[in-house]
Amino acid sequence: MRTAFMKTLFELAQADERITLIVGDLGFGVVTPFMERLPKQFVNAGVAEQNMTGLAVGMALSGKIVFTYSIANFPTLRCLEQVRNDVCYHNANVKIVAVGGGMAYGSLGISHHTTEDIAIMRALPNMVVVAPGDPAEARMVTRAVADWDGPCYLRLGRDGEPAVHSCEPELRLGRAIRVRDGSDLTLIVTGSLLSEAVAAADMLAGRGIHARVLSMSTIKPLDTEAVLKAARETSTIITVEEHSVIGGLGGAVAEVLMESDVRPVAFKRIGLNDTFSSKVGDQGYLRAEYGLDAAGILRTVESLLGSDVAAHVEPRKSGPTSTRPATV
Amino acid sequence: MAELLAVLYGKILRINPAHPDWPDRDRFVLSKGHGCAALYAVLAERGFFPLEWLDAFYQNGSRLPGHATHTYLPGVEVSTGSLGHGLSIACGMALAAKRDGKSYRVFTLLSDGECDEGSTWEAVLFASHHQLDNLIAIVDYNKIQSLGRVEEVINLEPFAEKWRSFGWAVREIDGHDVLEVEDTLIQVPFEAGRPSCVIAHTVKGKGVSFMEGKLLWHYRSPQGEEYEAALVELEAQG
Repeated sequence: MRTAFMKTLFELAQADERITLIVGDLGFGVVTPFMERLPKQFVNAGVAEQNMTGLAVGMALSGKIVFTYSIANFPTLRCLEQVRNDVCYHNANVKIVAVGGGMAYGSLGISHHTTEDIAIMRALPNMVVVAPGDPAEARMVTRAVADWDGPCYLRLGRDGEPAVHSCEPELRLGRAIRVRDGSDLTLIVTGSLLSEAVAAADMLAGRGIHARVLSMSTIKPLDTEAVLKAARETSTIITVEEHSVIGGLGGAVAEVLMESDVRPVAFKRIGLNDTFSSKVGDQGYLRAEYGLDAAGILRTVESLLGSDVAAHVEPRKSGPTSTRPATV
Repeated sequence: MAELLAVLYGKILRINPAHPDWPDRDRFVLSKGHGCAALYAVLAERGFFPLEWLDAFYQNGSRLPGHATHTYLPGVEVSTGSLGHGLSIACGMALAAKRDGKSYRVFTLLSDGECDEGSTWEAVLFASHHQLDNLIAIVDYNKIQSLGRVEEVINLEPFAEKWRSFGWAVREIDGHDVLEVEDTLIQVPFEAGRPSCVIAHTVKGKGVSFMEGKLLWHYRSPQGEEYEAALVELEAQG
């Protein structure tokens, strides 16, 4: 996903010299073509995220379209006040890009897990929050945020995320993509758990349960219309995110539902239950441990629907020794 | 800091109050956002907005809050108030000017207290590495911060040496001597390829005998007889 992002950004930057990429001394290998071929549009701010973010604002207020890029919480929480006061209050044209959303950096531990960022970024006025579900969505979202005149937070996975869309979907900021149709329940998912939600939906379909899957690549502004339509047309809404259940996608969807006159039969947030992801393992292992993978999603569906829909599902084999899929 | 702003806005900055967004203007970033009263006053004096607006400083429903805010005020480049933000933003403006081949300069005014902030030193490192000689940082070195004297809280000395060792061209001046301030700022950049630092030695509450060097007046506004007495002293000095 990071490669899809960087390749797209490079193409955009070649066509628009206002686009500037500032990295916080991270991106080995990935940023090299940009750095070498567009040096006047590239800055390495060093290991100094507060300054990186202030710099970005100064450049944006001078007419640049600035992307800051780092991993995990470094471009957001480490410099949160610069993001709030400088980026958001000035409505500066700065896009904050975090690689390794959720637990993509698995075994590196909780310092490199990004599991409260959506809630925190979403709370900031003027901030658009996006988390693409696969490489195709990452390409589309990168173009969309570059065109958006204002602050954006782009939460990427890492690499090797499976392609869910066979071709580039029509993607607009603030609009969900319906990846699977169904009227028995709705899975609303953000980020690279999209593939797990789709796998869960496909397994449910084999049991005669038809789950709608909405890829909510924009968390703010939320596609309230798609949420309310799902609430009206399906009996159950389950949100799926590699993030705390507090304040993220699940919180955003719950806010919309509670303030509407639509009442779904059941609602559940799948995510980390107010805990640090402190077990040791790769992303697949951790997803399974915390119930975020397809099997975990099925277990939640089963508990909500009160049937044994998950009984015949084999848990995914994954562990610290598993190999990562090829880079996308 | 009033003298510093008066010289900047009266003699140094290339600005056009009728066109506050003129793309080639010099930029001024008040990093010590709590000093906004002086900034608002000098902007009003230069005609960026009506002088009457100043009467509503700090009042309910006014445009002038207690830390520098760009939202409703022409001429305020950047909103500040939390310390250690301004120099980074100024670096970004200076780097953009360099890359765009623009000749505008970027001036920023820091407090001594905000030189405790790590982010300030991130920016100090960055500016010299990128040879931002279109960037000028002025430090209002009044030697008092929120809870005491700078030397007692977190000593900054040897202060000028720190900036020099980080690659800046440094001058130390009397920040109350308007001729010296002007003579210094007119010479920027002090060295080609280096950002300029002006350490302006100042006295907090300068010109009012009962305020000078007193921490109390970081917090307190003169009222009634105090206000009248302060005005008498200041007016006597012309």
